[in-house]
Amino acid sequence: MELLIQNEDNFHIISIIGDLDASSSVIFDNALEEAISAKAKNILIDCSELNYISSPGIGAFTSRLEECNQNHIQLVLYGMSPKIENVFKILGLDQLIVIKKTKEEAKIYANDAQFTSPLH
Amino acid sequence: MMHSLQVPCTKENLKEIRYFVENALNRYEISAEDVYFIKLAIDEICANLIIHAHHCNHEDLIEVKIKNEGDTFIFEIHDQSNDNFNLLEYKVPDIQQIITNKKSGSMGLILVKKIMDEIELERCEGHNICRLYKSIPQANR
Repeated sequence: MELLIQNEDNFHIISIIGDLDASSSVIFDNALEEAISAKAKNILIDCSELNYISSPGIGAFTSRLEECNQNHIQLVLYGMSPKIENVFKILGLDQLIVIKKTKEEAKIYANDAQFTSPLH
Repeated sequence: MMHSLQVPCTKENLKEIRYFVENALNRYEISAEDVYFIKLAIDEICANLIIHAHHCNHEDLIEVKIKNEGDTFIFEIHDQSNDNFNLLEYKVPDIQQIITNKKSGSMGLILVKKIMDEIELERCEGHNICRLYKSIPQANR
């Protein structure tokens, strides 16, 4: 797995390329932690080249969810394939994590939802 | 036909296990979505064993066997450990509790239980077999 990290205006974008599994989830979790520590306002996760995800990868998102909400950080995932989206749906996480189709939709959502929590 | 793969208990080998499962299932004209979810369930069981029962000890081995009997696929995961965790008895918490307690391992077990039709555990003198059953009728392939 590779990560591509870039900033566009007030959006911190982490692109995941490859498989997010038990052997690679720690690297992604570290990148997410760094973005939260750096007080990024909007963290967008580009899943368009995410080939595979298992529970440790999903756990990296869920374990940081409350931290993001507490710090008023918008965490938005976008561009995931239907197979990967179904994994989130099976777990009921599509109701708790914001998932958008495109980067543009993710940016619009994050801007509109600034300072409101998706859990509320 | 039986397919079999044995690898050392390291997290890096999970990718090889997934590759093996995908290749084996692709011989049966199963949909890409079914292949993905089966691969995920096997990965979750193997990751759980490699990390928690074997502590990623590369000297320990884990073996995955795949058999096909009519519409049913049987996946066996063999290992040798004294881990007493019983996933059949484990009561999975709800997703909000998992998020609050930051226990992603429980999500893996939810996925396995939702994806597979039946799970069996067999233990005999330190040799463990986790057997997973999945029915995929030929008409649905």
